Amino acid sequence: MTIQAAELPRTGKSRSMTLPSARRLLLWTGLAVLLAWVLVPIYFVALGAFGGRLGVFRWPKTIWPADLSLAAMTQFLGIEGVFNALVNSLIAAGLTVVFSILLGAPAGYALARYTFPGQNAYRLLVLLTRAFPLAILALPLTVSFIRFGLYDTPFGVSLIHTVLALPFAALVTQSLFMGIPREYEEAAWVFGCTRFQAFMKVVLPLALPGLAATAIFAFVISWNEVFAASILTVRERTLTAYLLRILSESPLHYRFAGGFILIIPSVLFIFAVRRYLFAVWGIASK
Amino acid sequence: MPARTSWIPYALIAPSVIFLGALFLVPLVQTIWLSFSAGDGFSLGNYQRMASDLNFSLAVRNTFLLTLVVVPLQVVLALAMATMVTKLDKGRDLVLWVLTIPLGISDLAAGLAWLALLQNTGYLNSALYALGLIQGPVGWLSQETPWALFFAIVLAELWRATAIVLVILIAGLQLIPKEFSEAAEIFGAKPWTRFTRITLPLLKPSLQSALILRTVLAFEVFAVVYALGGRNFPVLAGEAYVWQNDNQNYGVAAAYAVLIMAISLAATAVYLRALRTRPEQLP
Amino acid sequence: MADIVIDRVVKEFGTFRALQEVSLTVNDGEFVALLGPSGCGKTTLLRIIAGLETQTSGHVVIGGQDVSTLAPRKRGLAMVFQNYAVFPHMTVFENVAFGLRMQKAQQAEVKRKVERAAALLHIESYLDRYPAKLSGGQRQRVAVARALAVEPAVLLMDEPLSNLDALLRLEMRTELKAVLREAGTTTIYVTHDQTEAMGLADRIAVMYGGKIDQIGSPLEIYATPATRFVGGFIGSPPMNFIKVQCSHGTARIGDAALPCPTTGMDMELGLRGEDASLAPNGSGIPFDIRVVEPMGSHLLLTGSIDGQPARIVAPPIAKVSPGERVGLTVDPARVTWIDSTTGRAVVRA
Repeated sequence: MTIQAAELPRTGKSRSMTLPSARRLLLWTGLAVLLAWVLVPIYFVALGAFGGRLGVFRWPKTIWPADLSLAAMTQFLGIEGVFNALVNSLIAAGLTVVFSILLGAPAGYALARYTFPGQNAYRLLVLLTRAFPLAILALPLTVSFIRFGLYDTPFGVSLIHTVLALPFAALVTQSLFMGIPREYEEAAWVFGCTRFQAFMKVVLPLALPGLAATAIFAFVISWNEVFAASILTVRERTLTAYLLRILSESPLHYRFAGGFILIIPSVLFIFAVRRYLFAVWGIASK
Repeated sequence: MPARTSWIPYALIAPSVIFLGALFLVPLVQTIWLSFSAGDGFSLGNYQRMASDLNFSLAVRNTFLLTLVVVPLQVVLALAMATMVTKLDKGRDLVLWVLTIPLGISDLAAGLAWLALLQNTGYLNSALYALGLIQGPVGWLSQETPWALFFAIVLAELWRATAIVLVILIAGLQLIPKEFSEAAEIFGAKPWTRFTRITLPLLKPSLQSALILRTVLAFEVFAVVYALGGRNFPVLAGEAYVWQNDNQNYGVAAAYAVLIMAISLAATAVYLRALRTRPEQLP
Repeated sequence: MADIVIDRVVKEFGTFRALQEVSLTVNDGEFVALLGPSGCGKTTLLRIIAGLETQTSGHVVIGGQDVSTLAPRKRGLAMVFQNYAVFPHMTVFENVAFGLRMQKAQQAEVKRKVERAAALLHIESYLDRYPAKLSGGQRQRVAVARALAVEPAVLLMDEPLSNLDALLRLEMRTELKAVLREAGTTTIYVTHDQTEAMGLADRIAVMYGGKIDQIGSPLEIYATPATRFVGGFIGSPPMNFIKVQCSHGTARIGDAALPCPTTGMDMELGLRGEDASLAPNGSGIPFDIRVVEPMGSHLLLTGSIDGQPARIVAPPIAKVSPGERVGLTVDPARVTWIDSTTGRAVVRA
């Protein structure tokens, strides 16, 4: 009837909460190697970007920063075409964000809230895009883009980048909207909102963080894309297209400066969306 | 409950359907049509020109070789990473952030980052020199050292694109209730058995989508290769680019495009079949 | 077959103490239920016994062997999970056979034992199906069969019936009792459902705030709760607690007087709704009825005694109405006296 105490001697703490220490050490060693594996090339390209001409050809190199200056970077940005390319990249990525959200979010909402004939066909179309190397489709577009005056414009580039980002946006927003209970909207209708008002007042605020993450992904997709951008531009190059074009003729430190500029926004963006990364890809890869 | 059918969902999907029709389906058909029309009417001329090109067989071989080496390594590496990360409790978020940084890095930038390491007066050579293994700068990325160049490209690809596999696998792992593994543990399964008998089979859908995504992208590989080796290491997408931009021959470029698409579709079909999960086996 | 000794087990999650020096002995072949509200530490304790969680300090001894630091697979136990954890990618047969396969049992033995476990749980007819095709109740049977197939020394069950609907739960409960009686396995069963614990267990350990408040047979726990919490948690409606003043060994409520065990402290009278009966002439403890709910087998009366809320069970044909004051008679032997300050029952000398 009373609580029985067994007669075992008491020995302080038993083994620690999770893994034994030898295995913990192994685990952290492995992780340290992996972290270094990711970070070291970024570190070196940064050194290359700020080391200037001297730094690049210094031999042998030390792994510590030497001869660092902003001069190399400002020189690079001063080259004719670089700044323009940067602006073009930003315009194309910005437009890609706008298009993929404007086109993708309504589709995602439709998939989340309605069942309608043709729904599966639409899903198939979206999924089909994944089995194709989409950037390759820029090849035949050259001709029609020239005809419509879209060739060699950031707008034209953003169109093909939207093809890359749109399926992703549709699938992610679908699950985003599915995660917002329909009852919230229905309550808004009952209290006098039109469908559109209910969406704007109830659904949109709740979906906003997820939409922002989707937008950032669309931006990164466009910012990083090389092939289509290179095919569809001649003078109004994006940064990736510009760098690809000058690869063979530009000095190494300019290449590294370009590489560094390409990497920086990605690192920040991944940091900004890290909470959504797994949710988003869990959905987008279904 | 979804509402009754109305015009609303169609209005909502219409813009994206029109857009994908104009910029995905039409160019798709155009590419195929373009590749089969040299001069006037149906012709295999473009394909003959493509196949007779000096770089063609090299490009095919290199692309396949890269894909066959890189993709399986990425999956293994990502599985190892994912297993390690799930064992963490402290610092998990920070580790994940760092491991997923390459996800946001373009293939061109990745190529350039590894170029900083591997170029003649780069950090690898400096390290080898410091260890007394080489006498002076050595070129690894030239036509004379195809295997070193290949290895460098493999490294850069592993570095850049393992993150996406990692993210897909971790997202998949999060969907597997931990009770399955716990139950297996209770009933006597050792860690490796739990991994092969429980985790891997349940992860199959995620593995499938990661493999499809990565394989399709691997056949498109281009900028990494260019950043590291220029045209020293021909690949299919690179040849398409050259035929389009430098040679201004849209027909042969289209033939390359069709070839890449055909290979990608075939690979997707193989994965869908080989890694299919029967509906009754879904959790 | 084995007994289980849990010796002063403590579990801390950071600064939160989920278990505070819990000790418990389960005899060989005994069925003990860990009963308590969510967050009381019962599942944590079960997972420590299983080895899925490691205790901060203390020991777990199974069949005389200290298993405190052993991996789950080396503890010789089986477990049924709350969500069943029936592997979706294996057939029912392979699920039931899983533990045997891990023991590297001979094919013939696997077949024999799986079939016996399947017969026991009546799942022979769908051994070659996949779990996705099964109903919740059927999956539940598979989970139990999988646990019994390995003929474990100890069987752990974590709220195994909580995901079933009410009717199925009743059916499975009865069946579980029959099956486990036959198997004679030492069983620890975690639940928050008192009727499950009462119906199944030889002994119940009522847990609250990371401690075991009381352990005893279902009848003991019901009739003589050791703490205010146990009295309030067990029984439906819960025990009523009425603050009273004890003077000269007597507590007075209205014109009723009850002998109380001690003098000079704040006492609460613990009274079960079904232990009070309506006095024929309105004498005894005054009870002001506010709501009358006919439950079929009885009437549930909600109201107040001496201004303190109380629920009383009356015969279904009793003539009572809301707003009425009735008198209650109580058998002094069937009430519990609680010390208001400690919340513990005062044991009568």
